[in-house]
Amino acid sequence: MTQDRRNSNLEEAIEANLKRVYEDVANQDVPDRFKDLLNKLRESEQTEKTEPENNDG
Amino acid sequence: MAEHSDPRDEVVEHLSAMRAFAMSLTRNSALADDMVQDALVKAWSKIDSYQPGTNMRAWLFTILRNTYYSHHRKARREVADVDGEMAAALSQKPDHDGRLQMRDFNHAFEQLKDEQREALILVGAGGFSYEEAAQTCGVAIGTIKSRVNRARKQLVEMLQMSDDEVLEATDVVTTTIVSDNKNVA
Repeated sequence: MTQDRRNSNLEEAIEANLKRVYEDVANQDVPDRFKDLLNKLRESEQTEKTEPENNDG
Repeated sequence: MAEHSDPRDEVVEHLSAMRAFAMSLTRNSALADDMVQDALVKAWSKIDSYQPGTNMRAWLFTILRNTYYSHHRKARREVADVDGEMAAALSQKPDHDGRLQMRDFNHAFEQLKDEQREALILVGAGGFSYEEAAQTCGVAIGTIKSRVNRARKQLVEMLQMSDDEVLEATDVVTTTIVSDNKNVA
């Protein structure tokens, strides 16, 4: 195998592995803790906003 | 009361990508998830700095990487690389080209500088344009391009070396001739 050929195979493998590193995680189900956290953040905000502003006008 | 237009409703759509980006930076799943959690709390509190209609993923990634550089980079150096060790242990059989490559790749990828790794992952895997990556990292487009190019070049160099080692090892196994060839070089 020529050096050029080897390098272009290597470059292809690098691109494929890069995507794999990222997509392996991106394709996982998101753990519940994150959705729970978002829900908590939303709830805590709603309790803070007990007096909504009514300045539509 | 246009509740449906609250940009915070969109955050959930980017959770997977945030975890993937965090994992690319930390190479440690526990740290990565802590980092995502911190970034979410921050994003929530500073949602006013997000301009609706612009790239929310880039905005979230900016917060994520800032979290990494200000808090987690140090921790990354301190914790043992459990994931990496596990991955290495799982793929120790050199009988599968893909696996072997992946182990070598992971090792090489971790040797890159943080700034190179993030640029490479954004452009090479995250689907970010150079411009979006530059915006996310707060640097010029040219800087991102040169980081990506250097990172690619370094990976090629590192993997060329490990490739040679593999070929050498394979030769030794298949021929069972352990010669003094190495001494020649």
